[in-house]
Amino acid sequence: MIRVILPTHLWRLAKVNREIELDVEGTPTLGAVLDALEAKYPVLEGTIRDHGTKKRRPFIRFFADGQDLSLESPDVTLPAAVLAGQEPLRVVGAMAGGVKAGR
Amino acid sequence: MTGVRVLVGTHKGAFVLTADGRRDNWEITGPLFPGWEVYHLKGSPADPNRIYASQSTGWFGQVIQRSDNGGKTWEAVGNKFAYEGDPGTHIWYDGTPHPWEFKRVWHMEPSLHDPDTVYAGVEDAALFRSTDGGHNWQELPGLRAAKGHQWMPGAGGMCLHTIIQDPSDLNRMFVAISSAGAFRTTDGGQTWRPITHGLVANGELPDPTAEVGHCVHNMAMHPSRPNVLFMQKHWDVLRTDNAGDDWHEISGNLPSDFGFPIAVHAHEPETVYVVPIKSDSEHFPPEGKLRVYRSRAGGNQWEALTNGLPQENCYVNVLRDAMSTDTLDSCGIYFGTTDGQVYGSFDAGDHWTAIAENLPAVYSVEAQVLP
Repeated sequence: MIRVILPTHLWRLAKVNREIELDVEGTPTLGAVLDALEAKYPVLEGTIRDHGTKKRRPFIRFFADGQDLSLESPDVTLPAAVLAGQEPLRVVGAMAGGVKAGR
Repeated sequence: MTGVRVLVGTHKGAFVLTADGRRDNWEITGPLFPGWEVYHLKGSPADPNRIYASQSTGWFGQVIQRSDNGGKTWEAVGNKFAYEGDPGTHIWYDGTPHPWEFKRVWHMEPSLHDPDTVYAGVEDAALFRSTDGGHNWQELPGLRAAKGHQWMPGAGGMCLHTIIQDPSDLNRMFVAISSAGAFRTTDGGQTWRPITHGLVANGELPDPTAEVGHCVHNMAMHPSRPNVLFMQKHWDVLRTDNAGDDWHEISGNLPSDFGFPIAVHAHEPETVYVVPIKSDSEHFPPEGKLRVYRSRAGGNQWEALTNGLPQENCYVNVLRDAMSTDTLDSCGIYFGTTDGQVYGSFDAGDHWTAIAENLPAVYSVEAQVLP
């Protein structure tokens, strides 16, 4: 069981709580967790990764157990504390500023 | 009693404004989708309680929402907008070829006849259609075949923002695209041709009368006169009387012919409304006076409508999808500002009142008359 924390916009969109739990088949890589997330909540398809390429959207970050996995391959295995359910994988909307973002 | 519902898309969510047929007391609900940009939402002419909304952010991309009960509850439907086949390239700002990239949906246009059929105008400019209530989207790629490889975005992005269906001919539609132009299909969207003869873009295009590249801001049509279209271009207000084969300017005595929205009176096909903006480099009303201009002659002769609108120190803008009319006997007209006001007039523009204030920047306004 993998714990995932979603940003406000996405847990509201999926109509779930901020933290959800996922059963992931096979090796729980970052990509496999995101696959399981989208399979369970199809409304999230395209909001975290591009529909076609499955690349991370530019302003999405993946944090886990103090590590930034955003630039890692989807094949990276999640930290042991995440695999053990002690820590969540955090899907984060990146910080952004400027006039337009803040108005 | 007949009621009116005004759907307002803003920078930070959507709002629904409702009133009974007297239109003197407005209830505001929202924000729907708080924190998301809602570029546009619009109800189905065939079923007013079916509403489609375009919701997006730079973080999480595009979501399409659908309501089947007049906006009380919403369901996120399909958000996969994939260009058909190998979409090729258009021209980038530096003049190089650039691949087509979906960014967002600017405009939702439900079918006149079928609540499950809806069109979406997107950036980078293309037209998509769903026939299953928004779950699945297919591009109509024939539009980009109309010299799409020569289209080049302007500062606001290369967006398809206007979709007009001909009520007398299911196969005929018109669309408009910023910095590309206006286009017409007569075969249900399979093939398209530019309809830009008569548009002149002095100072904006190296060839001012080029077939594509014109920055059309908005178009409007009265349903009883499908061959007559009105256009607010980057500069110039124009009309065509032959479905776009030829355009001629009708700016007349406007204080500025730059602007974004254009609308037609619900019952008077020759009564047209625009909101003049000072210039392309100063996006606010001339002289700080917010004035809607009305022509009852199909253009050229315009009168300022000011009663109830701020006439000093007003520096808002009114965006292209932010003006709409209702179809009650005394035609209502509504518009929203980038400063979060929504104004309504219930006597065709003679008097105005703010029906919502202090909303986020208004992107779109659509009025519906309810049975």
